[in-house]
Amino acid sequence: MKETVLKSFAATRRRREIWDKAMVTVLFLCAASVLFILFVILWHLIARGLSSLNPAFFTQLPKAVGEKGGGMANAIIGTFVLLILAVCVGVPLGLGAGVYLGEYAHHRFAQTVLFVTDVMNGIPSIVFGIFAYTICVLPMKAFSALSGGLALGFMMIPMITRTSEQFVKMVPNQLREAGLALGLPKWRVVTGIIVPSAIGGIMTGIMVALARVAGETAPLLFTAFGNLHYSQSLTQPISAIPLQIFNYAVSPYEDWHRQAWAGALVLIVMVFLINIWAQYFVYSRKRWSAGK
Amino acid sequence: MDSTGRIEVKDLNFYYGTHQALKNISITVEPHQVVAMIGPSGCGKSTLIRIFNRMNDLIPFTRVEGKVLVDGSDIYDKNTDVVSLRRKVGMVFQKSTPFPKSIYDNIAYGLRILGIKDRRILNETVEKCLKRAALWEEVKDSLGKSALSLSGGQQQRLCIARAIAIDPEIILMDEPCSALDPIATSRIEELIADLKDEYTIVIVTHNMQQAARVSERTAFLMHGQLIEYNKTTDFFTKPSNKITEDYITGRFG
Repeated sequence: MKETVLKSFAATRRRREIWDKAMVTVLFLCAASVLFILFVILWHLIARGLSSLNPAFFTQLPKAVGEKGGGMANAIIGTFVLLILAVCVGVPLGLGAGVYLGEYAHHRFAQTVLFVTDVMNGIPSIVFGIFAYTICVLPMKAFSALSGGLALGFMMIPMITRTSEQFVKMVPNQLREAGLALGLPKWRVVTGIIVPSAIGGIMTGIMVALARVAGETAPLLFTAFGNLHYSQSLTQPISAIPLQIFNYAVSPYEDWHRQAWAGALVLIVMVFLINIWAQYFVYSRKRWSAGK
Repeated sequence: MDSTGRIEVKDLNFYYGTHQALKNISITVEPHQVVAMIGPSGCGKSTLIRIFNRMNDLIPFTRVEGKVLVDGSDIYDKNTDVVSLRRKVGMVFQKSTPFPKSIYDNIAYGLRILGIKDRRILNETVEKCLKRAALWEEVKDSLGKSALSLSGGQQQRLCIARAIAIDPEIILMDEPCSALDPIATSRIEELIADLKDEYTIVIVTHNMQQAARVSERTAFLMHGQLIEYNKTTDFFTKPSNKITEDYITGRFG
């Protein structure tokens, strides 16, 4: 019996080895094509956008059609303003909800809310724009930076809630017990021990959410609306890089197309930098924890 | 010597759902004594000490019957403030549990929450507690470093320092040495001997030699029942119960 098993094993050895190699190769090709797609996009952006990047791009306002030069200074500032507003809306609500769900909520309630956040994650971004339009633009009777920030902030909420809840739940229970055993009130344990323990993951979640909304155009179309000048107040329309890219890209002018490529390059570099900064934050905390 | 730090348990039954983990336990721990709890895994010894600071409240579907008095007051009374109970009854866990903070802040955090903001008092208390826990010499130049960078034994002593910083009367230790090497273990045992004139200490241990070395009284639990509770010297030399004798001589399969 044993011998026949061994024999059949030996007979199939070659086939097994070929299959093994083939499967590994397929998986490698999948991984490689992920990288390949990313590099093609990057290469395209650099090839088309780099030539239009100059100091003026970062410091000047858009010029009218036909005029040479000009830049996206207003859109770059606008994107930063919108992201700050979005963080002000999305981080407190998302983090608060995530911590509550992870630490306090009854299982059923938590499951329900998490299901809702998953559904929210799947809502097309333009719907968030419509929502912000309804609750902000219509009552205030004006397109505004505020409404754009609101739309992006709402988009961030489900993402941040999800990641915060997960990372808070991953904190070992012993730490919770240790805090409570010291006679600390529960909220102190949560704010002073649990959240700091999970901060690396929470920050990464926030950054991923931020990077995602940084490139959103649709929710801004009828909220922030866009502006060819510097925005003077949060209740005025404001420009953003994705909006400017969109407006330029759909125009028939070659000059504007070049500007759009440059804008896309700037946007992707910005997202890239946000991610690197987040990674560095997590990394330096880990280093400190390990005593280096 | 003051007379605080007394635990009195009367006819205690404890249930996890329908499973009864402790059966009709009555035991008294006198102030400033070290009491060891021994017994096979799952016998209920950890469950019992987690009763004393109501740590079991955190586990859903648990139920307590009987009376547990700390310094004469019923800790399972509905008017009991669990937070102040836990300040009076500190706990050190099997796995060291430093907070993700600096060594200094691990101790100062609890104090700050108690309302001590004065930098000088905080510094003094941190130093005093670290000295008390025999850790000061090793960490005095790196108080700002992460507590997670300490070795396992140092982390456990830090947890003891943290527990005594808020000035409890009773310290519960749930197998505090089970993850430590013999050298770190003996330092913790020295520390226990040193702390007992100020605190009542209840220690759960799997190690019978340790129970014999550190404690004045030893309790033996099995299947949720208190089999024997006696002076440690008598407990190990002339056990009055056959089951105890079998257990301490290793005659259990």
